[in-house]
Amino acid sequence: MKTINADRMHFKTLNDTVREAAASEKNITIDNCMGQRYIAAGLSNTTIKINGTPGNALGAYLNGAGIEVYGNVQDAVGDTMNDGRITVFGSAGDALGYAMRGGRIYVKGNAGYRTGIHMKEYRDKVPVIVLGGSAGSFLGEYMAGGVIIVLGLDTNVPIVGNFTGTGMHGGKIFLRTDTLPKNLPEQVSAHDAEKEDMDEAYEILKEYTEIFSMDLKAVMSAHYYVLKPNAKNPYKRMYTPN
Amino acid sequence: MNDTVIEGQVRIPSGCAISGIFSRSGKRFSGESIIRSIEVMHDRSNGLGGGFAGYGIYPEYKDYYAFHIFYDTLKAKRDCEEFLERHFDIINLSKIPTTKVKEITNEPLIWRYFVLPLPTKLSESQLTEEEFVVKSVFRINTDIEGAYIFSSGKNMGVFKAVGFPEDVGRFYRLDEYEGYCFTAHGRYPTNTPGWWGGAHPFALLDYSIVHNGEISSYDANRRAIEMYGYKCTLQTDTEVITYIFDYLHRKVGLTLGEIASVVAAPFWQTIGQMDAPERERHEYLRNMFASQLITGPFSILVGFSGGLMALNDRLKLRSMVVGQKDDMVYMASEESAIRIIEPDLDWIRSPRGGEAVIVTLDKNASEV
Repeated sequence: MKTINADRMHFKTLNDTVREAAASEKNITIDNCMGQRYIAAGLSNTTIKINGTPGNALGAYLNGAGIEVYGNVQDAVGDTMNDGRITVFGSAGDALGYAMRGGRIYVKGNAGYRTGIHMKEYRDKVPVIVLGGSAGSFLGEYMAGGVIIVLGLDTNVPIVGNFTGTGMHGGKIFLRTDTLPKNLPEQVSAHDAEKEDMDEAYEILKEYTEIFSMDLKAVMSAHYYVLKPNAKNPYKRMYTPN
Repeated sequence: MNDTVIEGQVRIPSGCAISGIFSRSGKRFSGESIIRSIEVMHDRSNGLGGGFAGYGIYPEYKDYYAFHIFYDTLKAKRDCEEFLERHFDIINLSKIPTTKVKEITNEPLIWRYFVLPLPTKLSESQLTEEEFVVKSVFRINTDIEGAYIFSSGKNMGVFKAVGFPEDVGRFYRLDEYEGYCFTAHGRYPTNTPGWWGGAHPFALLDYSIVHNGEISSYDANRRAIEMYGYKCTLQTDTEVITYIFDYLHRKVGLTLGEIASVVAAPFWQTIGQMDAPERERHEYLRNMFASQLITGPFSILVGFSGGLMALNDRLKLRSMVVGQKDDMVYMASEESAIRIIEPDLDWIRSPRGGEAVIVTLDKNASEV
């Protein structure tokens, strides 16, 4: 196990140090992290624990490594991530899991705008994002595959913002709520989650609730909506009218 | 051998950075902390502009307009001072104190004047005092070659230069100023060359703007605001935001919340889903002030006398977080820029696109 003190370290130095350590170490801890970008970009075969506030594009192109953040994360976490797992014990900024194509991102709190936009899947590569709280606008915009689950635990605000799933043409979004967002775009169809939907979510939520020490039963036993592309109305408009 | 790198040979991954610190109790603090905050986001700018605005920094001259002026030549200084003497009572003038910093070069002459309009000139002009000052600022900036007033408010001041913001802060010895509010900007110019006047903040009277983003509607906004007597001379989009705020707030009398609904108006589709009173309010503002809608990505901090406002474009295409610890409020492009100066926050959150976050001095705030 290797511990790196990132205090006032430039991101390039930090990332060089992480990559060098990852060649031989299975577990790396970064302390005093403060805004350094691109941490663990493209990395496989290592678990990195981060104490502090990592910078933008954490785990971009991640290729199998594990990342655990004990704090909040900023923007573009897991950008184009291919495999691995990112666990955030706080909240996430904008564009979480942008163009993600594999692996899992688990966030205990909320995420910002454009979570999971342009996610895609291919055969066994099915990316997953789970948020314990709420998501901002444009959740799953242009989504082409994968699974997004928004749990809305301990939140009074609507669990998603505007324009959820605009341009969606693949994948699934689970919303744990009794009230459907009133402004869903025409490209999206919503239905109450059925047994096979919840069977699909079970394995994901089991792992999620274990990590954050939550009660799986309580999380599962609520009403869920499932949003999917509307096959009757495929991709009618390029974008939302101005 | 020519080793100069030109465009296309290198990509510099960056985007502007902004940060602001505000004490609601009016407690004055040193400019040192805003330098530390903006420095964390060093890699978001590229050394072509940095700057700061401080509020409450001139309590000894709080009733006078503080003009900060760049001069390219001694002739510009003579011409400008001649104009100022004819129109203003100058109660104090000095060079703005700076320190030699190796990263900051080619500095112009940088002077500061505390002034009030001459009563005879003011009454002759039939203008309000503020309008008189605004007209004078535009007159100098457009007619006197090589003179540029970049700060003109009361008990506040802008400090800016070409360079990385932390170097600019040291250059201006910002740690020697104390105020109840500071904002900062690190610049990565996208369309125009970086020069001293083009650095942020942009200020007029007490309003100052730092901006991360790029306005798609710049020319429409420029043409509209120039009809009201403003002159956009800098070819940079942030300038027009400053004038829009001055126009809508000082002249039209909209509240800052209403201005947010004008410049970052919701989509018609979203307005259509609102309940009647809210929908009518938005319809009125969008129709009435259509030319002041700002499109394209932006996050801005608007400083004004006694307050600070954060606003994102309606799509939230730039990042912004707001945090609080006791009476201190922090607003920045990145959470790390806040955590570096206050690791233990009461709360931190991301405002929605178009959601104005406005903080003002508490009613019982210390005299500022």
